[in-house]
Amino acid sequence: MIGRMFRGGVHPPEKKLSADVPVKPLPVPEQVIVPLSMHIGAPAKPVVQGGDEVKLGQLIAESSGFVSANIHSPVSGVVRTIEPRDHPLGRKLPCFVIDNDGKDDAVEFTPLGDWPTAEPKALIEAIHAAGIVGMGGATFPTHVKLSPPPQFPIDTVIANGVECEPYLTSDHRLMLEHPDRVLEGLRIVMRVLGLDKGFIGIEQNKPDAIALMREKVADHPGVEVLALPVRYPQGAEKQLIYAATKREIPSGGLPMNVGCLVQNVGTLAAIRDAVVEGKPLVERIVTVTGEAVAQPVNLLVRLGTPIRLLIEAAGGATVPTAKVISGGPMMGLAQYTDQTPVIKGSSGLLVLGPEQAPVIEAGPCIRCGACVRGCPMGLQPTELARLVQNDDFAAAEAWGVLDCIECGSCAFGCPAHIKLVHWIRFGKAEVMARRKKG
Amino acid sequence: MLTAILTLTGVGLVAAIGLGIASRVFAVQVDPLVEQVAELVPGVNCGACGNASCNAYAEMLVAGTAGIDECTVMSDEARAKIAEILNIEFTKTDKPTAVVLCQGTTAHIQLKYHYDGVPSCRAAQLVAEGYTGCDYGCLGLGDCERVCPFDAIHVVDGLAVVDEEKCTACGKCVDVCPRNIIELHTTNQRVHVLCSSQDKGKIVRGVCDVGCIACRKCVKVCPVEAIEFKDNLARIITEKCIQCGACARACPTGSILDQGGPHYIAKINDNCTGCTLCARKCPAGAISGEKKLLHVVDEKKCVRCHVCYDVCNFEAIALVDEQGQEMIAPKPKKKKKKAAAPQGAAS
Repeated sequence: MIGRMFRGGVHPPEKKLSADVPVKPLPVPEQVIVPLSMHIGAPAKPVVQGGDEVKLGQLIAESSGFVSANIHSPVSGVVRTIEPRDHPLGRKLPCFVIDNDGKDDAVEFTPLGDWPTAEPKALIEAIHAAGIVGMGGATFPTHVKLSPPPQFPIDTVIANGVECEPYLTSDHRLMLEHPDRVLEGLRIVMRVLGLDKGFIGIEQNKPDAIALMREKVADHPGVEVLALPVRYPQGAEKQLIYAATKREIPSGGLPMNVGCLVQNVGTLAAIRDAVVEGKPLVERIVTVTGEAVAQPVNLLVRLGTPIRLLIEAAGGATVPTAKVISGGPMMGLAQYTDQTPVIKGSSGLLVLGPEQAPVIEAGPCIRCGACVRGCPMGLQPTELARLVQNDDFAAAEAWGVLDCIECGSCAFGCPAHIKLVHWIRFGKAEVMARRKKG
Repeated sequence: MLTAILTLTGVGLVAAIGLGIASRVFAVQVDPLVEQVAELVPGVNCGACGNASCNAYAEMLVAGTAGIDECTVMSDEARAKIAEILNIEFTKTDKPTAVVLCQGTTAHIQLKYHYDGVPSCRAAQLVAEGYTGCDYGCLGLGDCERVCPFDAIHVVDGLAVVDEEKCTACGKCVDVCPRNIIELHTTNQRVHVLCSSQDKGKIVRGVCDVGCIACRKCVKVCPVEAIEFKDNLARIITEKCIQCGACARACPTGSILDQGGPHYIAKINDNCTGCTLCARKCPAGAISGEKKLLHVVDEKKCVRCHVCYDVCNFEAIALVDEQGQEMIAPKPKKKKKKAAAPQGAAS
């Protein structure tokens, strides 16, 4: 079954430079920087202090609210201090600085045992304990997503292996190298929600992954692999749900409003590790790529590793770098220092030279409508940008500025190089601030 | 020809009579008081008072539902006239003005990264908390300039600068600044700490030449303890400040601005009768001398606040510059008639 294509969208050059490079573990750094905020929600509360010895996988900060997540030490060694350090989000946030003793002395993991018979509650507790958050980039705590309020029953779960961002290949490699982990993770989520039906969405530009996953799901009749057309942002939650179920999430709603739940394949593999092995989330696959590195690679990286080491592992920069982006080119965040650490949501690291990331002055809008055609949410980016530019935030709100998913399709297609997403993000921030004020 | 003239004249007459009747029948009764007050309110419709327009504010004033102080823009003269018309109480206000608490022009600051986004401070603040090395200083993209209805604030060399003459303290720039570095200060407060950085001195030094490095020299020299330190930043307590400018002279980075002055050193001449008034009033303890004997000013201790100059009744204190040259002659003796004024009223 292939659902209907979502409206809008664009097709940027795919540039999957590292698609054929097997994942290799990056040597564990001598020092890791682990932020207290690696998820959306309240920062975790430290349970160890500067000077304390920690083991690999030991809980070092616990979730401090319903929407929050546990954090575990990615190395064994000594916590040097907790202090503000550069965070991928672009500001200084409190981080553990942990000196690695090189022993990788791990705490004893306690697996849940026979999960197919376990209570959903116990499974959610195991996922919560392991500090798992959405690893596609949004970093929403997974245990919260798996505990929808009773008025929103979930009937469809979708594994997101679309990876529609250009350059990124971490999910692709994960599906090729560990398809069983992904599948088992999906089945655990289905068990939690009491479902016998699940989808795995993969874009058609990954035929090897589609074939392999199809082979693996043959024994599990409830799971179906969807080969989706290549179109950005196919991997966005709302667009993926539409493709799989033809359901449209109402404005301001969440997937649970239409009975759906989407989990990134990386998150599913982590869920499986948490449940089957009792292993907390302390490492992830990161694609280090871009025209400006010598050898694009996929690395298995401990959380808290400075991105400088990742760039070195990819052979270093071959030209003076113009931009280093955490995430993909469409939605990633440009970094102003190479000292920021890898966090739970870091799917890729993109290093671009001046040729790929030129500085272009924005010109006047020529009313061509490319942004309107490209918008997957059916908005009018040019109009929104104009309203925000004129400080008319009430009108921008009425024109649906808050529905923007910031996918970047409009700015990508704009021949005048207008920074549409930036204007709209500015508008969203102002509208939210005004709502708070009341 | 004749038909045309008659027709047009006829149409004209009918219309004139119609309009005449309409103007009487449908006349809108406007309170003459409102009209008078509306003439006096600023008429810029800035919205700072919370009303939709200046006319609406005028109506509320006449109705007595709005206070005369709610408009921050109006001059004291206009306020006085309105108070007279409406027969209400009015006290003179100490008119505030907007002050930008940053001196980081392009030449003084380091940048965190090259910013290529939309030209708005509020939007720039969303990208890694702004592109200036200092997380607290002026971004210089002019959101305040665009929002100001009085053309009173402009970005010059990457820094917002207020034109005090034009500023009406409506507070629009204060609200729009994403870094909250614009404050309204009363115009008789002449000494300002023009820095907002809450970083430690080492960090400030790394990103800005003119920032507060939290050395606390100003606290030490202040004779009246009018400077407090909070979050690595000096703050002047306006109620205590005597505008002497000693802190500004002591500041090694020049982050305190003294708009008052010039300030001179006090020097006591032979007219001194040894009344000890100046020594008692001196906040810095810089004046010494026995009763009924000539007093002396310790130049090193003098904070140049001019308090002694103001209190001396014997034409005995002059103000001199560093070279000892007299800049301001002693204040003439008060005439006997007025000398009866009580001391307390002066301070």
